[in-house]
Amino acid sequence: MNYLADVGTLARKDLRLELRSRDTFLSMVLFVVATLVVFSFSLPAETVAEASYGLLWVALLFTAILGLTRAFAAEREQRVLDGLVLAPCDRSAIWLGKALAVVAFLVLAEAVALPAFALFFEPVTWELVAAVALADLGLAAVGTLLAAMAAASRARELLLPLLLLPLAIPIVVGGVGASISDEPGQFLGFLALYDLIFAILSWASFEYVVTE
Amino acid sequence: MTSAERYVTAAYLVVLGVLLAYLVIYAFKLSRLEREVGELAELARRRKEGPA
Amino acid sequence: MSTSLRNNTAVALAVAAFVLLLGGLALAFYWVPDAPLEGFRQRIFYIHVPVALTAYACFGWAAWKALRLLSTRDQRYDLESYTAVHMGVIFGILTLVTGSIWARTSWGVWWSWGERQLVLFLVLFLFYSAYFMLRYSVEPGPRRASMSAVYALFGVVLIPVSFLAIRLAEGLIHPVVFDRDIGSNLAGSQLLTFAVCLAGTLALAGALYANELTGKRIDARLSELREALE
Repeated sequence: MNYLADVGTLARKDLRLELRSRDTFLSMVLFVVATLVVFSFSLPAETVAEASYGLLWVALLFTAILGLTRAFAAEREQRVLDGLVLAPCDRSAIWLGKALAVVAFLVLAEAVALPAFALFFEPVTWELVAAVALADLGLAAVGTLLAAMAAASRARELLLPLLLLPLAIPIVVGGVGASISDEPGQFLGFLALYDLIFAILSWASFEYVVTE
Repeated sequence: MTSAERYVTAAYLVVLGVLLAYLVIYAFKLSRLEREVGELAELARRRKEGPA
Repeated sequence: MSTSLRNNTAVALAVAAFVLLLGGLALAFYWVPDAPLEGFRQRIFYIHVPVALTAYACFGWAAWKALRLLSTRDQRYDLESYTAVHMGVIFGILTLVTGSIWARTSWGVWWSWGERQLVLFLVLFLFYSAYFMLRYSVEPGPRRASMSAVYALFGVVLIPVSFLAIRLAEGLIHPVVFDRDIGSNLAGSQLLTFAVCLAGTLALAGALYANELTGKRIDARLSELREALE
């Protein structure tokens, strides 16, 4: 169970760092609320209710990108990633620890975003919450891996959205479908499938992304 | 030519066009490679006769 | 690494492409009869679908080479994977263009979000374009090779997942298109024409791939030579 202990340590490190500075989390919350407000100005009055669910998912996606951009920022600034990689733990534990921290950030941001959405736009159903939870897992899984790639590049913050958006399209489909469809079950199932496939893939390939 | 025939032909022509463009780009690349090989051959020859 | 052997495959593929494609085009335009329902415009099928399938094949080939890179750490697979992705993107663009033309002939519009193949290729095009952005912004070396390989693997997994997503989105998010005449109930002559065109397009992609790979390898060798001599 050494592996899980490593994961726990790494995740806690990220969360503790964040708890001290709180800047990533606050930016994410402000960003998502501001985006929702902007959206309220971008839709014409007679827009069908379902369109606002679509906008919520776009807002969540971009908030996730914002959070992920910061995911490896601390490590990069202090060149800690090289040290982490040399540490005697399975590299994939770095991925898992980081991804769990990202999920935590996302959940906290959504704890504010979803009530705001319910207030400004449409009621929040249980299917929506489930979809958001599943989407968080998928976004964190794939996003953490891609953030590690972007951190190693010159383009950094510019690269992560480019890499993540195509991969996030199925998540958006699953999320919006679960929000507005009469049969949300198949969309939730699809989201779970996405999470499973890409989590395994990310977990297995993280090692290759951070080492030579 | 009917409109359908025009479009179908256009589709095939686009594919052909991309291939021909590829060919042109490749011709440029090959001439560059040839020039480089020439330069390197010159360098090698000079080196051979050089420190003599 | 026997260069003569490699030249032979490239030449063989080019010759095969020449024969098969010319033959296929002749069949598509002169031999195969008009489709009963759609008429002449159906003939676009013989270029559009082979090009699409070839693009998939290129991405699959790139993923295979990527896998080989990750498991053997042999750097030569990086160039092969990269070239395959490059080919895939070229054929992907061709798929989008020919598909758009087909949409125009079938429904009068240049784009339809209801057309699954088109939407899928758009997503893939975005994905693999980002592949090039990734490569451009990382220093060349084993790290870049590993990252590109992982990304190429993600791409090939994305293909079925995206397709599933697009299917789910149909009706609910994107409009439904009922006129789905792609490849259902092909008559014998149509099937033969299609098969020949498909083989020809695959051979073409293979020939282009071999060519480009040789070119890139020569580039690398010349840089080595230059460093040794200067």
